[in-house]
Amino acid sequence: MAEIRTAPLVVEFPFTRSLGPVQSAFLTGLRERTVLGVRAGDGRVIVPPAEYDPVTAEEIRDLVEVGSAGTVTTWAWNPAPRRGQPLATPFAWVLVRLDGADTALLHALDVPGPESVHTGLRVRIRWAAERTGAITDIACFTPYDGPGSGAEPAAHSGEFADPVTGITTPARLDYTYAPGRAQSRYLRALAGRKTIGERCPSCRKVYVPPRGACPTCGIATDTQVEVGPRGTVTTYCIVNIKARNLDIEVPYVYAHIALDGAGLALHARIGGISYDEVRMGLRVEPVWTGDGTFPDHYRPTGEPDAPYDSYKELI
Amino acid sequence: MREVAIVAFGQSDHVRDSAQTSEVEMLMPVLHDVLRRTGLRTRDIGFTCSGSSDYLAGRAFSFTMALDGVGAWPPISESHVETDGAWALYEAWVKLLTGEADTALVYAYGKSSPGDLREVLTRQLDPYYLAPLWPDSVALAALQAQALIDAGRTDEAELAAIADRDRTAAAAHPHAQRRGPRPAGEYVVAPLRTGDCPPIGDGAAAVILAAGDTARRLAAAQGRRPAWIRGLDHRIEAHSLGVRDLTDSPSTRLAAERAGVFRRPVDTAELHAPFTSQEVVLRDALALDDTVRINPSGGAQAANPVMATGLIRLGEAADRIQRGDSDRALAHATSGPCLQQNLVAVLEGEA
Repeated sequence: MAEIRTAPLVVEFPFTRSLGPVQSAFLTGLRERTVLGVRAGDGRVIVPPAEYDPVTAEEIRDLVEVGSAGTVTTWAWNPAPRRGQPLATPFAWVLVRLDGADTALLHALDVPGPESVHTGLRVRIRWAAERTGAITDIACFTPYDGPGSGAEPAAHSGEFADPVTGITTPARLDYTYAPGRAQSRYLRALAGRKTIGERCPSCRKVYVPPRGACPTCGIATDTQVEVGPRGTVTTYCIVNIKARNLDIEVPYVYAHIALDGAGLALHARIGGISYDEVRMGLRVEPVWTGDGTFPDHYRPTGEPDAPYDSYKELI
Repeated sequence: MREVAIVAFGQSDHVRDSAQTSEVEMLMPVLHDVLRRTGLRTRDIGFTCSGSSDYLAGRAFSFTMALDGVGAWPPISESHVETDGAWALYEAWVKLLTGEADTALVYAYGKSSPGDLREVLTRQLDPYYLAPLWPDSVALAALQAQALIDAGRTDEAELAAIADRDRTAAAAHPHAQRRGPRPAGEYVVAPLRTGDCPPIGDGAAAVILAAGDTARRLAAAQGRRPAWIRGLDHRIEAHSLGVRDLTDSPSTRLAAERAGVFRRPVDTAELHAPFTSQEVVLRDALALDDTVRINPSGGAQAANPVMATGLIRLGEAADRIQRGDSDRALAHATSGPCLQQNLVAVLEGEA
């Protein structure tokens, strides 16, 4: 079997989210070492608080202050912490019902081993040294031998100076991208400065780049066909805004190019000609630079323009 | 109301890593399998619906690439759900009930191999209170398992027996990724051991639905009977894990009630329990006793191509009915942490 092509792929976003009034009060409260809950329609105190009643879905806004100590309602021992988790050493995941609350909050419990944890264990919050108004303002929980107060939680206005109204939560996922058979064949050929399309056995259309299936017939494209290297500009646009990390002077032209023998157009940059001279029907050829594994851009061949009828089905 | 049946089911071999094929290359043989069995061509299909998740591949709109495999150009009547394909089947079922289509192709696929599944699944959690802590899928299931153990509802020995039963069943399954019993193994996140967790892998599945006489004709052409969908419903738990009683699944019970599960006993149940402990919750919610054959396919322990595992439960149950090995079967699918969303179907052979 041919070598499988793979490449690292990192997906990373700093998700920016606005907060509702209840979430805003809760997360601002954490910054101020105050834990707030919200009273639901059935009288239960929900911590962490929700904007809407979990039973009736009605808006709930009555905030109360609960304790920073509580009781473990269930736990799980994590022997191998993973990236992003609250503690870097083995810890217990816990659901904790804080004193005054009727529901439980998920977090980490810092204990030396699983023998130190049991359901019913009393724990309290260890606050993070730097707090910004986020669930991570709770660094983790630690065992606590004090009793619960048993007191009814007191009403709280939810008002703080400089309330947090949004959070930014960075998220990163790492992948190994594998393009599959058809695209691997295409990329391998491209590295050898050949452009390979694949033909549908039913409708005979040649797809470039091939994705492995004919979207009209729903079957595998099974024959490799060398196309180009020359082709025709079928349509184009003029790019006026410089893309980040892209060292190309603007304005430049990005075009759809129907390579000779291809059943549809691929897209690439046009160079070697002023942006205002590019036109539909322009004949172009690929330009390879250095040891590049794909064409850097396409440039005019100097041939006469292709007549419109020769490429109108490929626009 | 129109009668709607599953008339064909197919699935890929499930493997740890399918790097040599793209999604559509993995999917196409499965689509062609169900089309060939029913004698349908893609252009005969009235409605196409699929289930998958871009987060598995890490590429936006990756499902559009898979659409090449169903011949979606020129445009066909088509829809997609960003969850397990069991919910795509639900959408297709509704479409057939409205009379807008007589046949539907439902497919689902998942490749867990490109990413780290335990991390990927954290991104489906509440983004304010949970996702910033990166609690992985095994950790959340382990919290549920410990709650069951604390409540005296199960113990590690019973969980090991569930895994053993599923893996023994999977030994005879031609498509299973993990075949035959294996040791319970080390703790992944205690109390769950490697043996309690499903295999991580890649795979695809497809089902063809048809209404009324079309269903009878397409099934008869295969020398089989249709697997009639007598009821189908899906429900969801409260959003926050700490609000729920993790030892119970009221959403499963309600979906089962609405699907008509409790009207007459079922002989077979295909349960989508990614973790052994979740079967304990489901059995109680569905009131399944020892007379019911659970997971003759091996369940999610045999193969767990995320986004297709639930659809496979419906397909496996239907396949047994079509073969005559079951007369009334329950199929269940789940999505989200700790059985967050649940779908229940009742399937029957021709009376």
